[in-house]
Amino acid sequence: MDQKLMLLGDEAIAQAAIDAGMSGIYAYPGTPSTEITEYVMHSKEAKSGQIRAGWSTNEKTAMESALGMSYTGKRAMVCMKHVGLNVAADAFINSAITGANGGLIVVSADDPSMHSSQNEQDSRVLGKFALMPVLEPTNQQNAYDMVHYGFEMSEKLGVPVLMRITTRLAHSRAGVVRKKSRQQNEIRLPKNPGQFILLPAIARRQYKELLKKQEVFESWSLNSGFNVFTDGDNKSLGIITTGIAHNYLLENYPDRLIPYPVLKIAQYPVPKDLVEKIYNSCDAILVLEEGYPILEESLRGLLNLGKTIHGRLDGTVPRDGELNPNIVAVALGMEDTRGKDIPSLVVSRPPSLCKGCPHIYSYNALTEALSKWSKGRVFSDIGCYTLGALEPFDAINTCVDMGASITMAKGAADAGLLPAVAVIGDSTFAHSGITGLIDCVKDKSQVTIMILDNETTGMTGGQDSAAFGRIEDICVGVGVSKDHIFVLNPSPKYHQENLAILKQELEYQGVSVIIPRRECIQTALRHIKENKKAEAVPSAN
Amino acid sequence: MKRDIILAGVGGQGILSIATTIGAAALNTGLHLKQAEVHGMSQRGGDVSSNLRIADHEIASDLIPYGKADLIISVEPMESLRYLPLLSPGGWLITNTKPFINITNYPKMEDLMAEIEKSGNHIALDADQIAKDLGSARSANMVILGAASPFLEIEFSELQDAIRRIFGRKGDEIVKLNLDALQAGRDYATAHKS
Repeated sequence: MDQKLMLLGDEAIAQAAIDAGMSGIYAYPGTPSTEITEYVMHSKEAKSGQIRAGWSTNEKTAMESALGMSYTGKRAMVCMKHVGLNVAADAFINSAITGANGGLIVVSADDPSMHSSQNEQDSRVLGKFALMPVLEPTNQQNAYDMVHYGFEMSEKLGVPVLMRITTRLAHSRAGVVRKKSRQQNEIRLPKNPGQFILLPAIARRQYKELLKKQEVFESWSLNSGFNVFTDGDNKSLGIITTGIAHNYLLENYPDRLIPYPVLKIAQYPVPKDLVEKIYNSCDAILVLEEGYPILEESLRGLLNLGKTIHGRLDGTVPRDGELNPNIVAVALGMEDTRGKDIPSLVVSRPPSLCKGCPHIYSYNALTEALSKWSKGRVFSDIGCYTLGALEPFDAINTCVDMGASITMAKGAADAGLLPAVAVIGDSTFAHSGITGLIDCVKDKSQVTIMILDNETTGMTGGQDSAAFGRIEDICVGVGVSKDHIFVLNPSPKYHQENLAILKQELEYQGVSVIIPRRECIQTALRHIKENKKAEAVPSAN
Repeated sequence: MKRDIILAGVGGQGILSIATTIGAAALNTGLHLKQAEVHGMSQRGGDVSSNLRIADHEIASDLIPYGKADLIISVEPMESLRYLPLLSPGGWLITNTKPFINITNYPKMEDLMAEIEKSGNHIALDADQIAKDLGSARSANMVILGAASPFLEIEFSELQDAIRRIFGRKGDEIVKLNLDALQAGRDYATAHKS
């Protein structure tokens, strides 16, 4: 099967998981990881029911579901963006101690330079924290091959494997050659019936085993062929790359002949033998890492008394942001080929809410209802509606993490900032807002919570929202009074009515929930298109 | 042989349709290809770009180095200038002149055109008007691709074949409209590239 497919890095991972006999994939959408799960969902294997594929309420529920599938002996994958790994962290860290039964791969897609994120944390740190083997593919083919390898490794060593990718690999297309497909595993429960029971006595034993396995993990890193040492004549410098940084290094040598010894790292724990080899044979080391200076820091040590180590910590490479071929060129002492400057008349064009977006109305109405109070009392959340921070709305004051709108509004209300308003989307509410709402109900906090219900996960392209059709029921279920739950039609036609409700609830001394509900304009247009297509099919014959 | 192309526009303008057509033509001739796309937040009316790399050898980086792009193909005039640091000396800038104005401080058109004029090798055309004159307002992106075609180092017939393959499912009429748009863009570029 050597037909080349043109796949995004995300899609290469998905295709590999299908080919490697995965039985289920779990995820919460998040840029740049979303396309992995979407690809599997659209595959014929998923459509025929052979592979379970779909969205979970959040990354923690996704991680746990995948672990449950691994428990049965079947292969499972769980995907998220880097900050999602924080949400899943409890299950993720403990899964290293339970270990895996069926192969389990956790994919975390990092977003250095924060193209679509709140931070640029490096998932390799969490991989190390969990003492888990980490795979960091350098290109799309490598990503495809590593999924097959990762499932094998996970089953042979009985441990989940973290695959860390970054935006440029996730969202770049290149040719990928497929391997032979493998059958899915049959159900085969763990041989050791206590493996997944983390009672202290068992956890202590298994943690010791996990510690002991670190050497085995390292020998796999040494022998897999993914970490490669290439010698060079010029020993004045040795270069260590991690992940896609290797591509940027190669790009600067069109004939691909690099005069220096190079160590390419794509699998962790880092094999000490290879690092020793390059360190001992060169005068100085340059570390090129797409992400945090993790390897660089461990090479330098606390006191930095060894050989000169260049990288992000000594300023040879910028301390933050993603790499590119020019940053690497400059680090190598080559000329920066940057062309003409951007003319000064070119102004920034920030993203904006779509024409016809229901959030536009909701923000305008909220701002009007709040006009009699001072500014600075609207706590918002993660989603398209975060764009309410920009002109012309200037309508929100915070955006921190999934669900933080409700709980931060509560904290501010507790401090006496009244009224305090939370603005959260329907999908984010299901993801991490409900628990905060329970806190508010329990304390009878004076918060006005607007759940902007566009009936989808809009920012990432319109995935299912877990609370779809159930938001009022959920609010009632956790104890919000029915008298203080309002569904609005976010449209100017109903403005007077909407405004009256908003003003009234802002004065209410308890928890109130206001739900402006209208479908996202993007998914609405898509549905119209799909319906047209469906109607056209029968007549086309 | 290598062609490094920056595709530029505003989120929602469909720059990926140009990338897909060039990509299909390149793959059909056995060339290597890498294409970095933009997903996520900036798709909502923000500036978007795509790095399309074609070569007869293996391509290392997903990103085009600064100063190494052979072409900037832009469906919007201000956006074409945003990527000048990536353009190589002697590279070509191909841009639509029809502005997409979703910001209040959009520059004056005459200032913008003067900057495009100053940028070096360029083809600037009102692709929307040309497409409209052909009776197919939605084919403006194919007019732009046509205008870029003399600089792609891909046979024109390969681009035409790619359009036939990509739009074939939508019927002969759509294929013809897109082929006409491609030809009109190419004719404009051929007449203005000296």
